[in-house]
Amino acid sequence: MTIVVPTLESPRPTPAPGKRSRRQGLDLPAILIPLVACVYVGVVILLPALSVVASAFAKGLGPFLENFQSHELISALRLTLFATAVAVPCNVIFGLAAATAIARRQFRGKALLLSVIDLPFSISPVVVGLMLVLLYSPTHGLLGGVIESLGWKIIFSWPGIVLATIIVTFPFMAREVIPLLEEEGWEQEEAARTLGATNWQVFWKVTLPSVRWAALYGLILTTARALGEFGAVAVVSGNIEGLTQTLPLFVEDAYKNYQTELAFGAAMVLGGVAIVSLLLKLLVEQLLEQDKKAARTEP
Amino acid sequence: MTPALLRRWRPPALALPSWPWRITWTYLGLILFLPLGAMLLRAAEVGPAGFWEMATTPEAIATYKVSFGLALVASVINGVFGLVVAWALVRCRFPGQRLLDALIDLPFALPTAVAGLALTAVYSTNGWLGQPLHEAFGIKVAFAAPGVTVAMVFISLPFVVRTVEPVLRSLEKEQEEASWCLGATPLQTTLRVVLPQLLPAILGGVAQGYSRAVGEYGSVVMISSNVPFRDLITPTLIIQKLEEYDFDAATVIGAVMLIFSLLSLLVINLLQVWGQRYQGDAA
Repeated sequence: MTIVVPTLESPRPTPAPGKRSRRQGLDLPAILIPLVACVYVGVVILLPALSVVASAFAKGLGPFLENFQSHELISALRLTLFATAVAVPCNVIFGLAAATAIARRQFRGKALLLSVIDLPFSISPVVVGLMLVLLYSPTHGLLGGVIESLGWKIIFSWPGIVLATIIVTFPFMAREVIPLLEEEGWEQEEAARTLGATNWQVFWKVTLPSVRWAALYGLILTTARALGEFGAVAVVSGNIEGLTQTLPLFVEDAYKNYQTELAFGAAMVLGGVAIVSLLLKLLVEQLLEQDKKAARTEP
Repeated sequence: MTPALLRRWRPPALALPSWPWRITWTYLGLILFLPLGAMLLRAAEVGPAGFWEMATTPEAIATYKVSFGLALVASVINGVFGLVVAWALVRCRFPGQRLLDALIDLPFALPTAVAGLALTAVYSTNGWLGQPLHEAFGIKVAFAAPGVTVAMVFISLPFVVRTVEPVLRSLEKEQEEASWCLGATPLQTTLRVVLPQLLPAILGGVAQGYSRAVGEYGSVVMISSNVPFRDLITPTLIIQKLEEYDFDAATVIGAVMLIFSLLSLLVINLLQVWGQRYQGDAA
């Protein structure tokens, strides 16, 4: 794995035997290290997160809910959900296809191909947006003439937003599924094939169930990132209020226009999605653990 | 005669790639290579002299200093504190550990615009942390360079923690016990036995965080005042150039950032190879 994305095999604190007894005389680091860690994470992550919640509900639940009468907010929310609904299924198909194609084969340039799939993680989202503009812009794009003669509109319109979302989020799925497929062997698939299963049946009944939790986790990450993408979408959307403004763009716009309450209301919606995705992650981890336990007791 | 011949003749078994391969390459081609190619082509059209000139205007150089410099500061801060956090998660027991563990992933999950809003709210001169800092030390965090650094620290915090954690967990206790048996103090053991083994992971995490911080836009643009030569980052400059319809300059500066991304990907891969070899030697 080249780029760190939150993975399923996540840290489950394990007791450190033998450490405590040795350090009994000198307990300073044992207190100091967790303290520094907590203060640091508190100042950098927890306090800002809490401040969003506090500001969103500063005047109680009523005014918070009133935010949702804003037409701009609702249309931004609708566009964000639409882009996510298109981008996520596309990326799921690509992710599963890439994983089944790449994971179990050894070939020259495999590491390179995996790095290429990782590219969107290391390219600045703004550069991703710029690439789309240079490709599809009717005036300056490479394919601008073709697009215009077809009567399509990609930049400053929803197809551009969807494309930007797809590019930024496509590596997650493949990234989560590939390591798991590499770990497991070919045996089950081969058994299924000797029993006469078609490729499609093998994929559907053997491969997919064996990676279901990793795939589910990839799906969660893809969705969370798709809902929150900012930089790439900011470049291609044109940020037209009520038309091509997604929810993250709305947050910035509202804040810059001193509509603080609206900004925090919208931010709270997106923050809620983030927290739900973190909770789902914990749940999926639990399920994976159970699966592993079951697998261990079976044979 | 002819139909019979045709019937007998079969085309050689042309090994078409399987469906997953076809989907993978078509998708990569349309979604990644096509836009990438368009950008490289545009950048090439400018020509080497023009490229160099536009890539090194004083305005652009100033943004590189802000983006690459402050990202370096943020990564170093995260290198140190990320190690402390990873250590606390692996080697210590304390109440609230699970919460700390969950919070580390928040910057991955939280949309960057929300992160920017949250940090701006907390670190502006009337925010929870910004106000005391401003009153006590006269430091202005939000809408100045320190704010940009804070945003970069926020979004790159998980990288170091999550790369160091598994390595720290897999370290063999015996080595530390041996070091202790030979009379080393805990500090010596940490510096001479544990840290060298963690170094590839720490550097790998720092490099990933750095690469991410340099490219970050959403959270930084909200907390920065976006004043040129002060705290304007390179991605924001690209957007400004696009808004001025200066496509050539936008392309050139974007290409500079793209080259940086490719280089950083290479460095990260090399660091990973180094780390694996280190673990191989240790085992």
